[in-house]
Amino acid sequence: MISALLGTKIGMTRVHDAKGAVTTVTVVQAGPCTVLQNRTAERDGYDAVQLGFGDVKPHRSTLPSIGHAAKAGTGPKQHLREVRLEGPSDVAPGDVVTVEMFEDGVTYVDVTGTSKGHGFAGVMARHGFGGQQATHGVERKHRSGGSIGGNSNIGTGRGVKKGKKMAGHWGCDRRTQQNLKLVGVDRDRNLLLIEGSVPGPSGGLVFVRKAKKKG
Amino acid sequence: MGHELLDSVEKQYLKPQPPELGIGDTVDVHTRIIEGEKERTQVFNGVVIARRGHGINASFKVRRIVANQGVERTFLLHSPRVLMVDVKRHGKVRRAKLYYLRDRVGKARRLKERRRVRTVPATTAVAESPAFEAPEPVGAGGPA
Repeated sequence: MISALLGTKIGMTRVHDAKGAVTTVTVVQAGPCTVLQNRTAERDGYDAVQLGFGDVKPHRSTLPSIGHAAKAGTGPKQHLREVRLEGPSDVAPGDVVTVEMFEDGVTYVDVTGTSKGHGFAGVMARHGFGGQQATHGVERKHRSGGSIGGNSNIGTGRGVKKGKKMAGHWGCDRRTQQNLKLVGVDRDRNLLLIEGSVPGPSGGLVFVRKAKKKG
Repeated sequence: MGHELLDSVEKQYLKPQPPELGIGDTVDVHTRIIEGEKERTQVFNGVVIARRGHGINASFKVRRIVANQGVERTFLLHSPRVLMVDVKRHGKVRRAKLYYLRDRVGKARRLKERRRVRTVPATTAVAESPAFEAPEPVGAGGPA
């Protein structure tokens, strides 16, 4: 039984229950995903299902991807993702899976996405450093990170510590947010309401699966 | 600004007829207070000094004076905890945000009453509220 879907992050809003308690939620349009291929232990060494999400016009696709999707009796897909399974798959190529899989027994999900890109960012933005003083003789270094290591460390082979937080490219990384509460499932519009935030911008591709570590 | 799917999610949580209130109105806000098992209604009386947000995020601020101390409460317009908003009188104001009332003391805190009730597009609302309200005597206006 697979419990994972590809989807699009729509945006954030809030919902309240009958008592008026407010929950902040992210709305994700997940699926419907088409099963393109089954991986089996005997042939591939592991059991998995390959899911396809989002249609591509055939003339904008490639012949290999058209042929691959045609074996499942469908058109080419924009995004493919494999979902590992414990045992043999119970779905066949061409089957369509939807958010219905989350309706029973799934209360927490893990969401994987590509975090928002921030470009080349300084240490104050990227790591939350405090910067330096505005006055008292500080010149042209107000947002700098300060010292990165002492001279005495060089001779002992330590120098600048590995992993020292510095300025650099920030964001656009694959990130997984674990154990997010699933607040609601809308079968008609393929929507999932997930408590809190999920990685990436609105409109970004996300991968939602049943939480690995929690209920 | 919103996405149509976001709007469709929010729509389920909006009140079909949200309370109608304007800036400067003196209102009674009836709120549900849930204390463990028990539930009761509490009334917060004051002047609407600000509205902000739209859709599910719409909220309004009410200011009143308690024991000579200004108190402001923010309510979510569409929250089930806001049972009813009873508009007592309309204030004549020229601002969208009445934060200047925070600096006013005593009689200067009063707002002139708007005599002509704003024409409300909803037909039901017009029937309830008369086109004219009797002007109150000078000195009776404003929160105590």
